[in-house]
Amino acid sequence: METIRNFRRFCLDSLRLVVVGTRAYYGWVAFLLALMGLGIVAYLGQFQDGLIHTNMRDQVSWGFYIGNFTFLVGVAAAAIMLIIPAYVYEWKPIKEIAILGELLAISALVMCLGFVLVDIGRPDRFWHIMPLVGLLNFPSSLLAWDVIALNSYLLLNYVVATYLLYCAYTDRHYVKRFVYPLVFLSIPMAVSIHTVTAYLYNGLGARPYWNSAILAPRFLASAFCSGPAILLILLQILRKTTRLEIKDEAIFKIAELMAYTMGFNLFLTAAEAFKEFYTNSDDVVFIRYLYLGLRGHYTLVPFAWASVLCGLVAFLLFLVPKTRKNWVTLNIGCVLIYASVYIEKGMGLIIPGLTPDTLGEIYTYRPSLTEVGVASGIFALGFLVFTLMLKVAVPVMLGDFTMAKRPARAAAAA
Amino acid sequence: MSDTPKTSASSLACGEPQSGSRRRFIRAAGCAAVAAALTGCGNLTTEEFLQRNFRELDKKELAEIIARLEKEYTAKFRKKVTVAATPPMPGVVFGYALDLSRCIGCRRCVYACVKENNQSRDPQIQWIRVLQMDKAEGVNVLHADPYYDPPLVPQEGHFYMPVQCHQCKNPPCVKVCPVKATWQEPDGITVVDYNWCIGCRYCMAACPYGARRFNWGEPHLPPEEINPVTEYLGNRPRPKGVVEKCTFCIQRTRKGRYPACVEICPTGSRKFGNLLDPGSEIRYVIENKRVFLFKEELNTQPKFFYFYGV
Repeated sequence: METIRNFRRFCLDSLRLVVVGTRAYYGWVAFLLALMGLGIVAYLGQFQDGLIHTNMRDQVSWGFYIGNFTFLVGVAAAAIMLIIPAYVYEWKPIKEIAILGELLAISALVMCLGFVLVDIGRPDRFWHIMPLVGLLNFPSSLLAWDVIALNSYLLLNYVVATYLLYCAYTDRHYVKRFVYPLVFLSIPMAVSIHTVTAYLYNGLGARPYWNSAILAPRFLASAFCSGPAILLILLQILRKTTRLEIKDEAIFKIAELMAYTMGFNLFLTAAEAFKEFYTNSDDVVFIRYLYLGLRGHYTLVPFAWASVLCGLVAFLLFLVPKTRKNWVTLNIGCVLIYASVYIEKGMGLIIPGLTPDTLGEIYTYRPSLTEVGVASGIFALGFLVFTLMLKVAVPVMLGDFTMAKRPARAAAAA
Repeated sequence: MSDTPKTSASSLACGEPQSGSRRRFIRAAGCAAVAAALTGCGNLTTEEFLQRNFRELDKKELAEIIARLEKEYTAKFRKKVTVAATPPMPGVVFGYALDLSRCIGCRRCVYACVKENNQSRDPQIQWIRVLQMDKAEGVNVLHADPYYDPPLVPQEGHFYMPVQCHQCKNPPCVKVCPVKATWQEPDGITVVDYNWCIGCRYCMAACPYGARRFNWGEPHLPPEEINPVTEYLGNRPRPKGVVEKCTFCIQRTRKGRYPACVEICPTGSRKFGNLLDPGSEIRYVIENKRVFLFKEELNTQPKFFYFYGV
């Protein structure tokens, strides 16, 4: 009873916390809400008339939505870049901030589910894909696996993060026997969401570009640089704008880990390119379309090389200790990594997988305004979720937001 | 079901369970409420929303749904439209063979198919795609042109290869569908439940033959052009947002007729029959002609054979 009452208080106090803030906070939230409004307007047209508002067609039947989905699964998986040093190696500087990784994962997963929902032709039938209620084709369909993996991982992160915050709020130490198994479970779960998402493409014999055994390893390698890239920038913002202490060594350690994963990612990309180009079988057309252009079609080429170049520069910046420990070059590196992986695991994965199509046709796909609008709405939703969670989590981490310290007015109201 | 064809899903709260078991109703009712809130516009009836997968329906439920659809289509197209759910014939597995040495690329099959199977005219959907190939390159999709438009066919130096659903014995599209909205029937035809498909298009990514089509927009079919004899799993009018494909004209072939594309072909390039009947023409072709399977290496095991008759 006591727990339920306290949890209710925690929820109510959190709610009070997120509606009060500085002008900058209100401005930021208003900006996100406006973007979400734009997304909703764009989606309404699509909802009314169908996916014909997108530029996807039978030849390229997946596009910007599924590209963003795939990229964001990687961001969600990256929480374990904090969990492993924090909980497996008990490294204190990172353990203090590990919860931020979980919150990032939750936001990324919300966006993932959003992108899947806007991509399906019959959103009114979404219940067909819900376990138990609908008719899930498990274990045959990898999409069914993905539904289960993503939702379980979302639930897991949500439970752990909420529990940790709630414990801090009530000034109690969390129960190790409860948290540790869940945290350790989240490590294979993070690997699994990305592996399952990779297998979703990987298992299609009709699409040679995806039908490569190193697709899942490539997914993991790129995920473990893109997610942390977001985190590094975020950590710096947080310690500038709040009293949250984030030690330099935590940031530099994450950056060092990223150098290894980025190096590995580039190596795997090169391995794939070597196999395709040197073999030079008919299946080379897909990677040619990506990097060199095919039969006069060069749409993806500048993006593909931008991705490689960004990745290479970022790898060097993070590899050399001097540039890794320089804030300017570190942040440039983060942005470059983000850009590199966003291209590679987004459109750079989906479009060449489908172009040329199975009957050899090249359809030049570029996202429509509707797609860009809807996507910005979903990104805004993800950032909003993240912002609101941070608004609660940061004071909890600082020890400002506890039951004992609740404002008298709030206490009286409750 | 009232005279107005559409009632709001939000009428669920006060409406009564229409069909099926109460438990099922309650299980889905929550979803209905969410969807009503979500869709808002509410041009979806409660029965439509709650309808189960074709293979889960009992006889009574199916009859009710068919009656509902017939009424809806008849009103929409202003003529009597029938919807049948003809079961497969026992002892029959359909097979198809196409003579590449005879096909002249006239595309009559494409248009006969559209007419027979009620594909959307706007946006245009066609189930058969005819590829113009270079004779010097052989069967190679990288040298295929689906948009050839000369004043006369066949063109010198080219041959023509129509591609449609291969009705694979080992269909990758069925394997990947997350909601079992598409499956292979006992007579070997892979069908789609248009009322269950969620429109994720995973099957389109999985199909090596580009055989599946998506209703990107609301399909438009002029009432004077509709073929009113339809099949539930075949040529009945489709809603937007779902996938469709060739069914070997299930509405004809399950009643012993030829598919429309076979019937129209002016060169006799198209052969169709029962693979299990040793005396059938299709068996004769397979046993006596030079036959090949398109993308055989993918082990999809098509029941669609290409051959060189001359």
